[in-house]
Amino acid sequence: MSHVEFIAPTKPEQAAAALLAGGAHARPLSGGTDLLVQLRSGRLPPGLIVDLKRIPEAIGIRQEGGGFVIGAATPGAALSEHRALGLAWPGVVEAANLIGSTQVQGRASMAGNLCNASPAADSVPALVAARATCVIVGPGGRRTAPVGSIAIGPGRTSLAPGEFVLEIHLPPRPARSGDAYLRLIPRTEMDIAVVGAGVNLTLDGDGVVTEAHVALGAVAPTVLLVADAGAALIGTKADEAALAALDAAARAACNPISDKRGTIEYRTKIAGVLARRAATIAYGRAEKRA
Amino acid sequence: MSKRQHISAVVNGDPVDFLTDPGATLLDALRDDLGLTGSKEGCGSGDCGACSVILDGRLVCSCLVLAVEAEGRRVETIEGMADGSKLHPLQQKFLEHAALQCGFCTPGLLVAAKALLDVNPDPTESEARYWLAGNLCRCTGYDKVIRAVMDAAAELRQVRV
Repeated sequence: MSHVEFIAPTKPEQAAAALLAGGAHARPLSGGTDLLVQLRSGRLPPGLIVDLKRIPEAIGIRQEGGGFVIGAATPGAALSEHRALGLAWPGVVEAANLIGSTQVQGRASMAGNLCNASPAADSVPALVAARATCVIVGPGGRRTAPVGSIAIGPGRTSLAPGEFVLEIHLPPRPARSGDAYLRLIPRTEMDIAVVGAGVNLTLDGDGVVTEAHVALGAVAPTVLLVADAGAALIGTKADEAALAALDAAARAACNPISDKRGTIEYRTKIAGVLARRAATIAYGRAEKRA
Repeated sequence: MSKRQHISAVVNGDPVDFLTDPGATLLDALRDDLGLTGSKEGCGSGDCGACSVILDGRLVCSCLVLAVEAEGRRVETIEGMADGSKLHPLQQKFLEHAALQCGFCTPGLLVAAKALLDVNPDPTESEARYWLAGNLCRCTGYDKVIRAVMDAAAELRQVRV
């Protein structure tokens, strides 16, 4: 990796200016578990690396306005250590913690997982189901966008030149809310999702679902927010009929490819199964969070 | 060539200074600039864990860290594990349980196991196996490694009491 330039600014605006000046081969660096692999393999040409980890806002987890703000470069291990975050958003934390080994968790960030734009990124369905947003800094200032709008295809994002994700925001959590993320891999650890499913829901005092969001990974070029699957749960107690409708809606939304990890038919069937199971877990968690 | 950068860090408790190419990894710097060749490069892509070090208290693959990122940081490597000629209990238990054959993965496994016991002195076998899932060994089949880690954990708990 010769001919790489490196800077570590302390202000977001400096990072944006450097990324813009660095041109097409400039990249922000958080944990580097995707970026450095891509640079070393030659998949990415060498250019300017802008380390975000010296920017105070890009590191750590803060409780603000009833929700959580997670700095872009915060590693997965820090998420698992944050008790309040784990109680409010267990699905988001379990999704992020499924990525890679302990060593990878020591570095890898959710914002990096998002901006790497893999259709199989584990944290993204959980974040999309959570209705998370991100703060993007660029040469023109700051803007906020839904997490689901960042990836536009495998390896491609909607970020403009000079733009990078500074923070991920999780919204305030009503009582009786729960979320869950499940993925299928052929082994127990250290693999890429064949399918992933994130479910986030809120119950009323009688246990009836009042709000529900279902997102699927690895079954389309980008993570899918399946509105019909969420709607299938609303007004129900996630009973068998509601779960069957959710299962059908999840399968109907799938647009996967066949590859070595799974066929189109297999991925589609599993998407329904995982969405059902994640919904059941999320429902159980919501009941316990009075 | 890119301009070499001057880096100051703390490695195994000692302040160190070195010059490095911005594209060099922390593993490159440890091995080639600082002469600490205990950390190994197995895959160079974060899959095998042979290059495991502890960076500011977190277990990482040093092949996936740029050397320039280490500015002002604390790095712990396998070379800092023994106390002079006195082996760390993990090292002693690896010997007693024959938890190594070729030895290439051993420094990474020891550093990763130490990171586990630093945060969880009483892991279950399942927790130990998941924690070490990022350290690949093609010789031992892992059972002896896990036995050594569990035995070392038990001994360290005795020492603490």
